[in-house]
Amino acid sequence: MSEEAKAKIIEYVKQQKKSKLYFNDLCKAVPEIKMMQAKKIVNELVSEGKLKYWSSGSTTMYMLPSEGDVSKEEEGMN
Amino acid sequence: MALKHATPMLDELEKGPWPSFVSDVKRMAVKGNKMCEDWLGLMELSFKEKEGHWKHGGIVGVFGYGGGVIGRYCDRPDLFPNIAHFHTMRVNQPSSKYYTSDVLRKICDIWDAKGSGLTNMHGSTGDIVLLGTTTDQLEPIFYELTHDLGMDLGGSGSNLRSPEGCLGMSRCEWACINTQDIIYDLTQEFQDALHRPMFPYKFKFKSSGCPMDCVAAIARADCSIIGTWRDDIRIDQDAVKGYVGGEIVPHGGAGGARKDFDIKAEVIDLCPTKCMEYDGKTLKIHNKDCVRCMHCIRVMPRALRPGLDTGATILMGAKAPILEGAQLSSVMIPFIKMEAPYTEFKEFIEKVWDWWMENGKNRERLGETIQRLSLREFLKAVELEPNPRMVNTPRYNPYIFYDPATVPGGWEHDATEYRKRHQA
Repeated sequence: MSEEAKAKIIEYVKQQKKSKLYFNDLCKAVPEIKMMQAKKIVNELVSEGKLKYWSSGSTTMYMLPSEGDVSKEEEGMN
Repeated sequence: MALKHATPMLDELEKGPWPSFVSDVKRMAVKGNKMCEDWLGLMELSFKEKEGHWKHGGIVGVFGYGGGVIGRYCDRPDLFPNIAHFHTMRVNQPSSKYYTSDVLRKICDIWDAKGSGLTNMHGSTGDIVLLGTTTDQLEPIFYELTHDLGMDLGGSGSNLRSPEGCLGMSRCEWACINTQDIIYDLTQEFQDALHRPMFPYKFKFKSSGCPMDCVAAIARADCSIIGTWRDDIRIDQDAVKGYVGGEIVPHGGAGGARKDFDIKAEVIDLCPTKCMEYDGKTLKIHNKDCVRCMHCIRVMPRALRPGLDTGATILMGAKAPILEGAQLSSVMIPFIKMEAPYTEFKEFIEKVWDWWMENGKNRERLGETIQRLSLREFLKAVELEPNPRMVNTPRYNPYIFYDPATVPGGWEHDATEYRKRHQA
């Protein structure tokens, strides 16, 4: 169930036009799962490196690792 | 020693009689702190152009954490290369912000070596805010904080934020609950929520030991835990006579030595519910009408003290103005004993979070979700019985809707039939 849900979430993220998604948006990929459970699945995806966090400081969003590479953004800054 | 950037506008901020942060930063720049030197130049540019040059966002924390670091970059790294990255780290403060001087020195040593040296003690959430470091230093700083100082990062983003409490029983005779233990316990219990985002937006716990509410929980926290009592205010009639006779100074001496204390004008007449009377010999309090404003206790602390049957009132939904206007929190549980291990409270919070996660919109605080979907829906979800104490001025508020299922006998409403009789 967990692996199936993870695959659904990743597929959903890939289909979106926006690169950054809220947690609520990710949950639309797995409407059959309660949000508290979905949170654990999303965190596992982050731990596995299949999703990553993006935060403005006040709100947190999720994105694919291929999007908005911080290390690339930081290149040339030093 | 001349600084790298001229700062004529910032220099103006050093001219007043008050301590200046500009002087502090300059002092560090003179000692050779390159980040502070460029920071001064960037501030001067922002003042001159009347535009900010910081970019927020991106990085969130260290490995395994989804909060605690706020990514910040300068959009003019060509001019100010030493502050191209200027990330903020939030460090979870100990309960009631008690430190040893040794720990504070070590935090400063870490930050001088691996950050800008600039700190904010403390941010409004309560964390120690360490301002300005580079991405490559985040993990080494985290390692030293956790391994050498036993400290941890605080919350940011859509996480539970670092819980915060007043000094409580450690220093205050009015504390009705052990705020320090509550805050420490909640911080440990909800580690996952603190470090891994899951909410529609931020969520704050704040706990004050008494209704004086020294941490302003009622104005700031999504969940305020405020100490109170449910028996009678304790009265020492001899001390009351001492105040009236001028032998004891009111307000604990805060207004200076006075001999003109007027108990009627300064206490009895100022009681918001007029629940007190004094006949020249005995002070009486009609405790059922007391709303725990604590004015009388504040004025005559040696004569009056909170009751002994203490606990907490749980309020929810406060927030500062971001999407909607500012909102104070509302009473949800009028009285709970709030004793360790706080199981009843934690079970209630789990229900609140379940409902908010399922129903809250993105960037919507709990209070806004309750406002949008109604208090009634919230109460049903968290299994609380409606109570007049949840309603502001219940004797005057006509906006109370009854549910047919909860009124004996109930009633039926047929909208189609109603429209036949009311066609316009």
